[in-house]
Amino acid sequence: MAVSSRVIPQARASRSWSFWLSRVLFYLVVLVIFIYTIFPFYWAIVTSLTLPSEAFQTPIRYWPQQPTFQNYISVFTAQPFARNLLNSLIVAGGTVILSLLIGSMAAYALGKFRFRGKQIVMYAVLGVSMFPQIAVLPGLFTLVRSLGIYNTWWGLMFSYLIFTLPFTVWVLSSFVRDIPGELEEAALVDGASTAQTLRYVLLPVMAPGLVTTGLLAFINAWNEFLFALTFTIDNHSRTVPVAIALFGGASAFESPWTQIMAASVVVTIPLIILVLIFQQRIVAGLTAGAVKG
Amino acid sequence: MANMPVTPRQKSFSLAQNRARTAWLLLLPTLIVILLVAAYPLYRTLYYSFTNASFLQPGQEHGVGFANYIYLFRDPTWWLSFKNTIIFTVATVILEFILGLIIALVINSNFQGRGLMRAAILVPWAIPTVVSSQMWKWMYNDVFGVVNDLMLRVHLIHAPIAWIGNAHTTLGAIIAVDIWKTTPFVALLLLAGLQTIPSDIYEAAKVDGASVLRQFWQLTLPLLRPAILVTLIFRTLDALRVFDVIYVMTGSNLATISLSVYNQQQLISFAALGYGSAISVMIFLVIGVFTVIYITSLRVRFD
Repeated sequence: MAVSSRVIPQARASRSWSFWLSRVLFYLVVLVIFIYTIFPFYWAIVTSLTLPSEAFQTPIRYWPQQPTFQNYISVFTAQPFARNLLNSLIVAGGTVILSLLIGSMAAYALGKFRFRGKQIVMYAVLGVSMFPQIAVLPGLFTLVRSLGIYNTWWGLMFSYLIFTLPFTVWVLSSFVRDIPGELEEAALVDGASTAQTLRYVLLPVMAPGLVTTGLLAFINAWNEFLFALTFTIDNHSRTVPVAIALFGGASAFESPWTQIMAASVVVTIPLIILVLIFQQRIVAGLTAGAVKG
Repeated sequence: MANMPVTPRQKSFSLAQNRARTAWLLLLPTLIVILLVAAYPLYRTLYYSFTNASFLQPGQEHGVGFANYIYLFRDPTWWLSFKNTIIFTVATVILEFILGLIIALVINSNFQGRGLMRAAILVPWAIPTVVSSQMWKWMYNDVFGVVNDLMLRVHLIHAPIAWIGNAHTTLGAIIAVDIWKTTPFVALLLLAGLQTIPSDIYEAAKVDGASVLRQFWQLTLPLLRPAILVTLIFRTLDALRVFDVIYVMTGSNLATISLSVYNQQQLISFAALGYGSAISVMIFLVIGVFTVIYITSLRVRFD
């Protein structure tokens, strides 16, 4: 120890000033990126804790004078925001469950079977996953209305399958491909049916893939705006993004910014927690969906 | 084996047939859903685009041939939306790529707090676009907005600017919001590409005396090419259909109206099912061209 403590300062001293300059510059860049990323959230939180009378005041303050939860209370009492949260939860959750159920079957077929026409199916799935949603909006709108599911959870879950299902199939089949073939063969040799093989052999191995895919599909469905805006009509049926976009205030001329920020914070916090817990998985899934392709 | 009535070859043939049938059975639900939510609505959109259908007079539509498309080519708002969408796409894709690459390079190097940094940049990506648009709309507020306040403090501007009220700044302001929201996604994709580059080639380059800049241009960029290509095409497809951020920040304001916003406005606000469908088909064609380029140029791996 005594030796090393004598050696290291010497080594440090020998490092040139340009080394330290580049270190400082590097951390400066890191700091700038960090502040740039985080500041809008900081500002949303500050505004959400501020009374409207204080928020609409100059000079603006960077810390609430009298922090208050009034805006959060208003969001849930003056608006049907709890209902909007429930709508989002059911629509996104339902869409994900449906996509995983149907998608894992297709992923099994595409990942482990050889058959004619597979290429075409893969192209179709990939093509639909890149589909501009707006291109089917008129046809889907009339279809949803004639099926009698306009302004309902079902209408949104039905239409969300257009982007969650191809994505699920695409990412899951890349997971299935990586499962060793021996597992499936052993099950088939033991006389297991296709359904049993999928249910008892492949699905447990696919669990991490299912979590990753489900999570990404959930975030996509939770954040969706165009269909949710077009296929619902009243505040009671709206999902969170539509509710936040169309948040009405007491007067038509001034948006209730403090409440909008409170609602924004409410939906952002669960997403931040999800991201922190599943960071590695999300990154893996994103790159599986995009880069592996 | 020779005595058996079924030769191994025949047996494996019927087994393969069996497998194929099972595969199609497994695919059936997915194919039905895709037909129902994608193919059929697309067909209906195409059908309506050749009619004068309107939600105001349901059931009274009749065929009008290419009239909607001819009208579209002379529609100044369509061309304005087209121009805005192209400006938005080019600006966001280029700037997000440059910024994303810088962030990816920073995170790829070893430093204290790297994990925190990677988590931090995930957050803008994870929140709904509507939420990020509202946050920035409030920050852009001309009187009480923090953007004006900060810029005045550092003397970047001399008087408050109505960022989204002024036709000269509003598209730029929206582009800035998209950059904030989407650069993390770009950075993550590029970071994944960077992490596939083995570090020993840099050691070799260092031994050969290549400067850091030279290593970047001659090693990093060429090796990153596949990831860059995927990222750019993904972002282009995404940017071309921009809707949420523009709808929330400026609605159908002509200074920023995009193809998707114009489409939705025609369809819902003006109840023009026929004309709205024609716009949808045109957007589909524009984005379809890019999709085909993507699928063919990247030699997508299936097995």
